[in-house]
Order: sequence, then C-alpha cells, then structure tokens
Amino acid sequence: MQRRHALKAATAALAIAGLISLPALAADTIKVGVLHSLSGTMAISESVLKDTVLMTIAEINARGGVLGKKLEAVVVDPASNWPLFAEKAKQLITQDKVVVTFGCWTSVSRKSVLPVFEETNSLLFYPVQYEGEELSKNVFYTGAAPNQQAIPAVEYLMSKDGGAAKRFVLLGTDYVYPRTTNKILRSFLHSKGITDADIMEEYTPFGHSDYQSIIAKIKKFASEGKKTAVVSTINGDSNVPFYKELGNQGLKATDVPVVAFSVGEEELRGVDTKPLVGHLAAWNYFMSLKNPVNDAFIKKWSEYAKANNVPGHKDKPLTNDPMEATYIGINMWAQAVKKAGSTDTDKVIAAMAGQTFPAPSGITSKMDEKNHHLHKSVFIGEIKADGQFNVVWKTPGPVRAQPWSQFIPENKGKKDEPEKK
Amino acid sequence: MFDAGRVRLRALLCLAPFAWAGAAFALTPDQAGRIAAGESETRLAALNEVVLAVDPALGSFLQAILADQVKVASGKAYIVRDGKATEAATGAAATLPEGAEDVVNNNRMRHEFEGALAALKLFSADRGERAKAIIELKDQAGEGNLVLIEKAEASETDPALKDQLAILKAAVLISSPDKAKRLQAAGLLAGSDQPATKSLLLERLAPGAEADPEVRAALNATLDKVQSRLAWGERLGVLFTGISLGSILLLVALGLAITYGLMGVINMAHGELMMIGAYATYVVQNLFRAHLPAHFDLYILAAIPVAFLASALVGAVLERSVIRFLYGRPLETLLATWGISLVLMQAVRSTFGAQNVGVENPSWLSGGVQVLPNLTLPYNRLAILVFAALVLGGMALLISKTRLGLFVRGVTQNRRMAACMGVNTARVDTYAFSLGAGIAGLAGCALSQVGNVGPDLGQGYIVDAFMVVVLGGVGQLAGTVYAGLGLGVLNKLLEGWQGAVLAKIMVLAFIVVFIQKRPQGIFALKGRSAEA
Repeated sequence: MQRRHALKAATAALAIAGLISLPALAADTIKVGVLHSLSGTMAISESVLKDTVLMTIAEINARGGVLGKKLEAVVVDPASNWPLFAEKAKQLITQDKVVVTFGCWTSVSRKSVLPVFEETNSLLFYPVQYEGEELSKNVFYTGAAPNQQAIPAVEYLMSKDGGAAKRFVLLGTDYVYPRTTNKILRSFLHSKGITDADIMEEYTPFGHSDYQSIIAKIKKFASEGKKTAVVSTINGDSNVPFYKELGNQGLKATDVPVVAFSVGEEELRGVDTKPLVGHLAAWNYFMSLKNPVNDAFIKKWSEYAKANNVPGHKDKPLTNDPMEATYIGINMWAQAVKKAGSTDTDKVIAAMAGQTFPAPSGITSKMDEKNHHLHKSVFIGEIKADGQFNVVWKTPGPVRAQPWSQFIPENKGKKDEPEKK
Repeated sequence: MFDAGRVRLRALLCLAPFAWAGAAFALTPDQAGRIAAGESETRLAALNEVVLAVDPALGSFLQAILADQVKVASGKAYIVRDGKATEAATGAAATLPEGAEDVVNNNRMRHEFEGALAALKLFSADRGERAKAIIELKDQAGEGNLVLIEKAEASETDPALKDQLAILKAAVLISSPDKAKRLQAAGLLAGSDQPATKSLLLERLAPGAEADPEVRAALNATLDKVQSRLAWGERLGVLFTGISLGSILLLVALGLAITYGLMGVINMAHGELMMIGAYATYVVQNLFRAHLPAHFDLYILAAIPVAFLASALVGAVLERSVIRFLYGRPLETLLATWGISLVLMQAVRSTFGAQNVGVENPSWLSGGVQVLPNLTLPYNRLAILVFAALVLGGMALLISKTRLGLFVRGVTQNRRMAACMGVNTARVDTYAFSLGAGIAGLAGCALSQVGNVGPDLGQGYIVDAFMVVVLGGVGQLAGTVYAGLGLGVLNKLLEGWQGAVLAKIMVLAFIVVFIQKRPQGIFALKGRSAEA
C-alpha cells in the first residue's frame, strides 16, 4: 500500500514539475519537431536527416534564431513503424507543442501522419521525392514530384545517350510510393508506344534481403529482345543486398542500366561500387555538383558531423538530395516565419508562397505560389567507382512540380492548389 | 594495371599483317581531342574514324578514358597517370594546362569504347586475349565493327575462334539486305549460347522486322536451339538460388536444432545470438582495417572463431543465469528468452547505434564465377554453401562421435538416468546451449556477407529458424537439413512464379497445412524418447 502511495506522489510531483517547466521553456524558445526513423529498415536513409535538421537549427540559432527566439528541436524515433509515426506526430503537436515538424521519408509514413496534421492544423515539411497524388494545405513538399524525377529519368533511358531502352523492369518495395509511381510510369510508357508485354513489374517486401531470383528474372527478361532498363523504387536497407547481388551477378550498366529513385550517396555507403559503375540515379541534387553554395554546404556538414560525432559521417561526410531538401525546407520556414512575424500555421502558410533560397544544387530554389512544392532542376547521375555520381544529364532550368500527374486519367481537372478549409 | 609499353609491343607484333595501317592512320592529337570531348554523336564519329586503323595508341588511349585518367583542355586530350600528364596521341610528356576538365562518359560512350577496345584486341597475338575479346563483343557487334570482325576472321588461325567470329559476324549480317546472307547468318547463329543472341533473334522476329517467310522459318529454328540451350542455365539458376537460400536457412536453424530440438528450450533470443555473431564480424573487420590493412581480405577467417566464441559466451551466461532455472517450463522460457532478446537488441543499439553497420565483403568474396553465359554464381553465396556444409558436418561429428555429444544425447533422452550414471547434467546443459548459441554466431557471421547488419537482424530470421526446425521434426538433425534446403528451393520456385511477396505467404500457408497433417514434422522420433 505504502509503495503505491509513494508512486502516486512521485507521479503527481513529476506532472506538476512538467506543467511548471513547460511554459517556462516555451517562453524563450520555439519548438520544432523532428520525426525521422532512427531505427528499423528506414534508419539507413532517415537518421542523417535528423542530423541535418539539427545542424540547420544550430546554424539559424547562431544567427540569432527566429523572431528573437532560439529554435529548440524535439527529436522522436518512430522506428520505421507506420502507425507509430501518427502517434509520435500527435505527441509532438499536442504534448510538446511544436509549431512545425520536419519529417517522414516513406509515403506510407506521410499518409499515416497526414490526418494528425490536418486535424490539429499543424505544419509538416516533407523532404523526399514521392509519387504525388496528394496536396494538403498542412504539408510543404520539398522533395520532387514525379515530373521532377521519375518521368525525366525514364525519358533519359529512352534517349540515345541513355541507351535507347525499349523494355522496362519496374522494381520496387511493396507500398504506396512504388506502386503509384509505377502506375504513372506505365501510363507514361504507354503514351510513348511501349506495350504491356515490354513492361515487367516486381515488388518485394520491406527489408527484403535475397535478390537472387529477382536479378535472375531481370536477366531473363532482358534476353527476350530489345534493350532493357530497370527502374528501381526499392526503399530502405534492401538496397544494400540488391546492389551487392547486382554487382556479384555481373549485370553491367552497359547491358542493363538500373536507374534508382531512392538511392543516393548515403545508401551506397558500404557497398562496393566498382562493379556498379554506370548504374544511374535521378535526383535534384548530387554531392558532386560543383558550385560555391554546394561547397559551403558540404563544408558546413563535414564540420558539423565531425564536431557532433555523427556515425559514419564523422569519418566520411556525405550529403544527398533529401538532406538538401531538408536544409532548404527549414531555411524557407524560418524566412516565412520572419515575414509573417508569427509561427501561426495559417500565417506561415501564406508567407511561404514564393519564398526563395539559394539551393546547394546551384539554382535559386523557389516555393511555388500555389501548390506547396519547390521548383527544382533535375539531374541524372551515373555511379562512379568512389560511390559518388557523375552528372550525365540535367534540365536546362528549374521545373515546376505537377503533384497531380497528367498520366493518371482521374486527375483531369484537379486543382493545382490545396483545398482551403 | 595496364602496362602501356607491353601493350604497344604486343600491338606492334600483331600489327605485322596490317603494316599498311601504319603512320598514315595513326591517332592524331586532333582525333584524340574529338574522341574525348564534345557531343556523343561527334565523339562516336571520331572513334569510328580511328578504330579501323587498328592503331596501338588508340588502345591505350581508350583504356585511359575508361579508367577516368583522361583530361581535356581546349580540344586537346591528356592522359594523367600518377600526377604525370602525357599527350594522348603522341605519348610525349606534357604539362597539364590550367582548368583541364575530366572527360565525362555515359553508359553509351563506355559501351562503345569497350566495344572498340575489344575489337582492337581481336588482333592480339595472345589466343586467350582474342577469345576474351570475342566474348566481350558478343552484344556489341554492329555495322561499325563489321569491317574489323571480317578482317579478324580472315587472319584468325585458330578454328574454334574462327567459328565464334563467324557467329559474331552473323549477328550483324542477320539484318543485311541480302536474303542469302540473312539465311546463312540464321544458320550460323544456331551455334551461339549467348543470351544476347536470343534477344537479337526475337527482335528480328518481331512484326515488321523480317518479312521473308523462309528466313523467318530459319530464325525460328535457330531460336528454338538457342532457347533450349539457355533454358538449362535458367533451370540451374533457380536450383542454385534455392539451395543458396536453403543453406542460409540451414545455418540459421542448426543452432536452434540443438537448443530447441535436442534440449527443448524455446529460445526466442536465438536471432539475437546471430546478431551478436554478425556484430562480432563487424568488430573484427574494423580491427583489421585499423591495424592490419594489408591483410584486410583475411578478416573473415578471423571473424569466424570470434563470432562463434562471442555468441557461445553470451549463450553460456544466459544458460547459467536464466534458462537453467526454467527447464521443463516452456511457457516461462519463451517469455524469459523473449525478454532477453529485447535486452540484447537494446544493448547493441546503445553500443553500436540503431543504424545498420557496414560489413564489407573481402575482395575474394565479391563478384562471381560465370558457369554458363546466362548463369553467374556469386562467390559469397558459394562460400556460404560450403560453410554451411562444413558447420553441419562438424556438428554431426560432434554429436555422434565425441564424448560430449554422447553426453548431450544421453541427457536429452533421459536426464535422470544420465545423472545416475555420473554425468554432470547441469554442465552438459551449459555446453550444449553454448554450442547452439555459438552456431547461431556462425550463422550471423555468414549473414553479414549477404545482408544488412543491424540490431534487428535476428528478428527477420527467428520465424524462419523455428519453421525449419518444426518442419524437419523436433530433435532431428537430418530433418533440419531436408527442411532447410526444401524450404529454400520451394521458396525460390514460388518466387520465380508469383513474386517475393506472395511466395512468402504461400510458404507459410504450406507449413501450416503440413504441420496440421503431420504434427511431428518430416522425421518423427520413434520409441520412448519421443515422449521426452
């Protein structure tokens, strides 16, 4: 009995202490949430985004913060568990009172948190390329829409320099992003006169690690006539065994090129890239881009990683596209808050329209006035022996995002801006 | 590395019959510049212009381009090796101008360069080199190469290589406007065993490509022959992938066959013992990288005993501290080991971080051996196959031939009788459990070579491990072997047919039905020990 009383008392004391301390803290800092998986199958890609957020926040704080207040990051780990994403988002917004959240990688996690952000009218910055087909007033999409990544990449494969591919393997992890992207791509390929007989679609579960039969299937498909290319939307740590198997089985890029949408510098860390030379990735940023903004960005990240002991990056700092998108997102949010003079969601949304920021990809990144997406340049890179990418093709300038792909017939007539509620 | 001097000598030797191709056609600085920079189209045109001359300088120039050693400044190409620049065309030493840019090659350019290089090698004096060049050219034969191939065929003295060159030539002639040539080419291609040939034939047979019925019939006959040859590679491929997956399942389940099969401990922490083995491999790898970088490729050999001992040690501690109090209480064991698995996972997370760690394949485990033109067996999978067989053999010997094995069998069959005979049953239990744990560690070491190493590595395999042991029949080593290999092959057959997602579900459904019909597994223990 006594023990129970003691427990109760302790809990009450904690709760009171919490109540007192929270408002006190909130008075001189602005809280922002960080919602990235730090464990599980997506940790390979997402962990580093958490550190990117922290680096950018430290940088903004060093400049004096926002509205005279310092930013304070609240980091949670949703552990690659989709329902947990929603729970953690709710906790960030209702308990920690964050005014904005930076997070998510997989579309399934974004779909899972979306109702939470809409219900509480809070803001989410989503930094990864995705399948489109969504436009919420509470989300800013700083990654690419399909017309800023997937479609140009396939167009490149069909061009002479890309190998003039006539047959396509659409290979992905089994969830909403690869399935939707492949639906768009299939309809795009149809519009280019490629029939279903020349398209093979394959899916593997999250965390799949045995790619032997898939590679054998690709080889067989490639031997059935015409030049074949693979479009990979494999996500998470499955990419490591996939690329290892690809290299070991000797499927060379000059025979069957693989273009990936979720593989960048970070995912290739620890993979022997020598047999993979020439396989491709399509992004809006590569670490190997040469321009002063990017040099400064890489330097900043290297120093931060060294000073804060970021695993892996302290010895071999790497930057990639979602890191760049995260970096742009936070900076634009800070600019918008300054412009709005408030962290209020609706005021910040209004101030976000048309924001610009010098992006490490070498362009001046602009948030579209209406559709909550960034204008982005598209780059296609080939893997080099050192794990970096050689840019072999790029768009002449930034491309405006089309969240509702024209290649899905039901999208006809959909408005290119979020419904105001 | 490529030795330019040696190649030049060899090239000169092989050039003897083509002396006319001498100075007049040699690579000029202007041509080298045009090959290295500009639009793809013009670069290729320049390449085609030069390649016909079979100039030795071109070979070393192409080698350098493919190795990213060429830089361009104001239309002039330089080869830069070890910080020293030479003029690409003449080989004379030069100083690299300021602002020289790297040559960027996309897949198309690399493909053409490799093709040109292989075509040049057709004239090598070394038979092996020529044979290799022919294989490299298998899917690169085109109009541009035809002249060179014909030239090589004329000068080739080895009859086997001459035949292969004829097949190469046929791949080009198959689209010739001359019907007789097409017919002849179709006949020649029947001797090919390359997947590229099948691709080519199907392309010719596509509607609109080949109109003549006679040639079409010849093409169809050839296609059948090539296809039946390729089908073998495909069948063997499925079998190999199945056996490879089976060998992994076997390794994963062997340890459990002891702890669960023989001792009856439902060890939910088995997967985490594997994870510890994988992390031990990672630690050994890092130690080698830091202290013995010259012998890095041998780290895996040192990692095997370390992984075994690390997991066996953790297993011994577990048995002494927790599991020995729970013998005969399966439900409590299950819960306790489940808890332990969470503790172990968290411990690894706190020590190494929640992210996956990178375990590199040693260079001798990267790549694969090409058995048939369409069948490559990766070295790491072959190594695991051999490793699984060795572990299995070692364990079978240990259980059936040694004194410890005798004690283990005695204790598991009749604990009280064994105790009466003077066997220290408590110690035998510890040994047996540690052995099972150690084998889990070996499995972890093997898994680190094919998959990801992270704190939840074990979670992905624990279900598979139990499936194999239960399907094989509890308490039976042979059953585990059959079940492991059987499930591997079944899984791969289904995967080829229905895809990875459905295959997994179908295998699970199969096991559920099988256990319903035959609860004792494939092999059942007979006699009194069955009740134990």
